[in-house]
Amino acid sequence: MIGERYLNAAILAIFFVVPAWAYWANEPFTITLMTRAAIFALAAVGLNIALGLGGLVSLGHAVFFGIGGYAMGVLAFHAQTFTPLMEWPFVIEGTKSMPVIWLTAIVLSALAALVIGHLSLRTSGVYFIMITLAFGQMFFFFSISWSAYGGEDGLSIYVRNGFPGLNTLQPIQFYGLCLSILCVVLWFTHRLARSPFGLALNAARQVPQRVETVGLDPTRLKLVAFVISGAITGLAGALFADLNRFVSPTMFSWQMSGEIMVFIIIGGVARLFGPVAGALVFVALEHFLGGLSEYWLVYLGALLLVIVLFGRGGVIGIVSGREKAHG
Amino acid sequence: MSFILLVEQVLNGLQFGIMLFLMAAGLTLIFGVMGLINLAHGSLYMIGAFAAAAVAGYTGSFVLALAAALAAAAIVGAVVELVVIRRLYDKDHLDQVLATFALILVFSEGTRWLFGSFPLFLDIPDYLSGPVTLPGGIQYPLYRLFLIVVGLLIAIGLGALITKTRIGIQIRAGENDREMIAALGIDISRLYTLVFALGAGLAGIAGALVGAIQSVQVGMGEPVLILAFVVIVIGGIGSMKGALIGAILVGLTDTLGGIFLPELLKLVTDPATATSIGSSLASMAIYILMGAILIWRPTGLFGARS
Repeated sequence: MIGERYLNAAILAIFFVVPAWAYWANEPFTITLMTRAAIFALAAVGLNIALGLGGLVSLGHAVFFGIGGYAMGVLAFHAQTFTPLMEWPFVIEGTKSMPVIWLTAIVLSALAALVIGHLSLRTSGVYFIMITLAFGQMFFFFSISWSAYGGEDGLSIYVRNGFPGLNTLQPIQFYGLCLSILCVVLWFTHRLARSPFGLALNAARQVPQRVETVGLDPTRLKLVAFVISGAITGLAGALFADLNRFVSPTMFSWQMSGEIMVFIIIGGVARLFGPVAGALVFVALEHFLGGLSEYWLVYLGALLLVIVLFGRGGVIGIVSGREKAHG
Repeated sequence: MSFILLVEQVLNGLQFGIMLFLMAAGLTLIFGVMGLINLAHGSLYMIGAFAAAAVAGYTGSFVLALAAALAAAAIVGAVVELVVIRRLYDKDHLDQVLATFALILVFSEGTRWLFGSFPLFLDIPDYLSGPVTLPGGIQYPLYRLFLIVVGLLIAIGLGALITKTRIGIQIRAGENDREMIAALGIDISRLYTLVFALGAGLAGIAGALVGAIQSVQVGMGEPVLILAFVVIVIGGIGSMKGALIGAILVGLTDTLGGIFLPELLKLVTDPATATSIGSSLASMAIYILMGAILIWRPTGLFGARS
């Protein structure tokens, strides 16, 4: 059995070594695949804050992924058509600058998470799952009927947005940007889980009554976790849209929500690197199995069933031999 | 905006709601008795529709097609319960969500494998097609009226099954205290398989009935499944009455919202903006309804107060 600490280091090493090799061997497609894995990992690290730490089974995280995507799509669309986003009461222009887009994505998805979380946290358990799923569907149908931004067809952005000092059109530079964000967010999540807030949240998941007795509001703790979680997934959505230079209602679909959750399960719930390992495995499966058969999702479904029924703790749990993430 | 249009749309909403009820009833039954959240319920709806389309294409008989839909969905439901679902009862909701999500992937891609990606068509039989004249001279499609009647009959039958028969008593007892009825000598695992197959059969019938007015394709089940979740959230989990009222409320809101919201907005703004904002709002109407009911009653209209 390999210690979880070493396993985490190995997973992170893959994110450095494989793209470095691909750059050296001039294989830009591999870099794109790794970028995809890094962005999916980021989205799942976001969901893992709500799911793993807060115990909130949200089946609607595609809402935030999609909001991030459309924040990028709408801002860049107005920049590329040279039309202002809004003229009244003050003028807002579109932009091609990544930092501005990211900030917009984070703020908007945090706001959406605040509203959705506030409503959904009135309930718990299976209601919470159904309600988050339903809100996801609401955004999906809204984006389909929102004809100003492409409706069902989505929006294409011709040139990738820029970051000061970098040439984002080079796959390796954009990858570096995504990996840096992933590392920062992983560090932040690590700190968050050990902060007073993280410990209180952990307790609120396990025994909400005791948390209440010591004078903390468990619902409020969960709401804050949900908002942070949504904001991170929103940022991932903006990056994903920039990777594809395309946004469409698919980013809001319930399948997307399910997939983000699948990344976590494949890797291992409530483990810092669980979602990262899961996203990596998912992209690898998508690439290799997808090349073998058009119907590769059948195999993914079967694999997922086996993991849920027999292999608690996901890939990291199986390899490190420790089923439970919490000691 | 005439009276005739209003009646037509109310009937459409009713028809949509009744079909949602068939889905929601199975889901709420399965949740009430076994405490299981089943995302794969939409797949059973799809299986029913495909079985009906295949049998109708082969034999040309609509009645046989409906019987095939019921049988196929119930059998697949029973098998899935025996192989997968029963391992999930004592697991947490996250595991149930993931395992049933995995089942969706298997069923959807498996169906695509068998039948291809192109939609199939299930024709309305001659004796049910064409319009019928309602009192007041309103023309309405006979088949949609048939759906309302059949759906209501199934709802009444289901109500009788649950309140009047021995098996219904066992189901209700299972909702209240599963250890106790097991102790009374009732084979609880057989009861679970039966309830799951019953829910699956209802979904299959709904899929076949709706399949005749929409196209039969992979992925047709999930939008209906999510609407059925909205119905359950509105009606309250485990309540059959809640499922019926919630379903009709959702059906009417969705149908009437799509027609009347753009018209209402035309009173305050120009037609083009009214149409685009109105249709966007209409697509969100049922979720806004759900949010409002949640604020008012977090456990739904007929849910247990906790």
